Amino acid sequence: MAVEERVTVKTVIEAKGLVKKYGDLEAVRGIDLEVHSGEIFGFLGPNGAGKSTTISMLCTLLTPTGGAASVATFDVVRDPAAVRQRIGLVFQDPSLDDQLTGRENLEFHAFIYSVPAAERRRRIEEMLDLLQLSDRASSQVRTYSGGMKRRLEIARGMLHQPQILFLDEPTLGLDPQTRRSIWTHLKELRSKKGVTIFMTTHYMDEAEYCDRIAIIDRGLIVALGTPDELKAMVGGDVVTITSSQPDVAAREIKDLLGVTPARDNGELRMEVPDGKAFVPRLVRELTASVDTVTLRRPSLDDVFLKLTGRAIREEEAGSRDQMRAMASRWMGRRR
Amino acid sequence: MNAETTAVQPAATSVHAPVDTRMASLRAVYIIWYRDILRYYRDRWRLVASLAQPLLFLVVFGSGLSSSLGGGSVFGSARGFSYVQFMYPGIIGMSILFTAIFGAMSIVWDREFGFLKEVLVAPIDRWAVAIGKALGGTTQAMIQGLIILVLAPFVGVKLNVVTVLEIIPLAAILAFGLASFGVALASIMKSLQGFQVVMNFLMMPMFFLSGALFPLTNLPGWMTILTRLDPASYGIDPLRRVVLSDSGLPRRLIDGLSLTINHNVLSIPLEAGIVLGFGFVMLGIAVISFQRRD
Repeated sequence: MAVEERVTVKTVIEAKGLVKKYGDLEAVRGIDLEVHSGEIFGFLGPNGAGKSTTISMLCTLLTPTGGAASVATFDVVRDPAAVRQRIGLVFQDPSLDDQLTGRENLEFHAFIYSVPAAERRRRIEEMLDLLQLSDRASSQVRTYSGGMKRRLEIARGMLHQPQILFLDEPTLGLDPQTRRSIWTHLKELRSKKGVTIFMTTHYMDEAEYCDRIAIIDRGLIVALGTPDELKAMVGGDVVTITSSQPDVAAREIKDLLGVTPARDNGELRMEVPDGKAFVPRLVRELTASVDTVTLRRPSLDDVFLKLTGRAIREEEAGSRDQMRAMASRWMGRRR
Repeated sequence: MNAETTAVQPAATSVHAPVDTRMASLRAVYIIWYRDILRYYRDRWRLVASLAQPLLFLVVFGSGLSSSLGGGSVFGSARGFSYVQFMYPGIIGMSILFTAIFGAMSIVWDREFGFLKEVLVAPIDRWAVAIGKALGGTTQAMIQGLIILVLAPFVGVKLNVVTVLEIIPLAAILAFGLASFGVALASIMKSLQGFQVVMNFLMMPMFFLSGALFPLTNLPGWMTILTRLDPASYGIDPLRRVVLSDSGLPRRLIDGLSLTINHNVLSIPLEAGIVLGFGFVMLGIAVISFQRRD
């Protein structure tokens, strides 16, 4: 029984005390993690938390300042070529040749990753088919939509049959529908190809798709577990009220109900063990006017808030996405 | 149990058999070169544009200057030799110069638009990138230079098979020297901003000082030095000598127009050797600069 468990949880990524410094700035301040074979592992955190720096070190694109990491059993510092042969990469920024066709981009990749000549064609067609790009494979990439480009990059990353596929913000700047379809494809690749997926994201809803998540903040992992395990850390339910007299309401909740609410943008937010029983009491006891009451299960946002005292600022990402979209439109025109 | 593990192991290793990095790098040289050729071939407008500029130089600039350069100069109709004929090999050189440096410097675009990352993270040696790009630029520039040969009948230059066979290796060497120079520049330059600087402060002076437009004789001292420092001079001079000698011009006239150092006419093999040597030095710089991890 114990032996069987050891076989099923094979570690494919291992990091111990990983540190990256840029001068005085410590971007990553000692990260420990283990990723198991065949899982989808999410790296969640706000922009600037050290997600991209960590993924770059694991992919051998950056040399760690301290600590050690191995990927597919090879040390990322001592044996970067062996690591690179065994991982697939989907970068945050586009890295396709948009003058070439989709198929030509894959052929290029097959060559530089030494895919055997006899297998090249078969694997290219298989990946095009899996990511539903076959019918557009002979068109130049500059005619592709954002989602198609992303799918092509995923197909390319999988072409040399990597054990681990690394994706840095793979859905950044895509619309919700396209984001969902990317996820469908990633799950399909995992089940059909048995590939381990390591990805970073700052979208809370996406992190829910992962088997396990590490929440990273200011260069440190603040929590690691399955989405359910992390949500259980919040304990119970989240009740949020809005009131035109927030000060009175906050005092009353504390005095009458024994719960200290957190103020968040004019909202009062509290974590209670049993939300269904709490809400009727709240409405009955409060003399302050209450405009709205929301009861929900804790989200990863709540976990992040609890652990760091801050919300992951989605609006920040929003403006960044807009900038990226603008930049790509501008560059697209120039090309 | 034992049989099972041995049955599973080979399958797992065959997927990720230790790859011979040197072979992988050679394959990478090929595919990087091939990508450049594919892009070049796909860009049909470039072909049209690439004929337009030389034609403009030959027809407008050349003819205009020809008529004002009368009797006394080397280019008199009395001598049966026109300025356009003189300029023609220079224009072949110009096409090679611009295409080689532009072609090789497309690395800067690849860096800007992300594609270079795909190449640099691959399990290959970095020298493959420099060499693949240099060969890509060389091939494009050579084709571009040889395309100008079709204009020969319009400028009164007679070409025969032997001339063309002599031109090909000379064009290739010039293309290689300048493409390697372009790769070296691109490996050092990190942004598109530097590109304009290279254009204005390097490529244009290299073109003007190369002897493409005027003979490099009887120049002011400072200019004589600059023209002799211009690698393109040593590539365009042999092209001119081959093209003009097969057009039946007297040897003395040709030697009078040729590149000299201390009044000694350089031999074609020496000039070719200088350009080739320059190319290898530049390629070496590019390789070293690419191997520094970024």
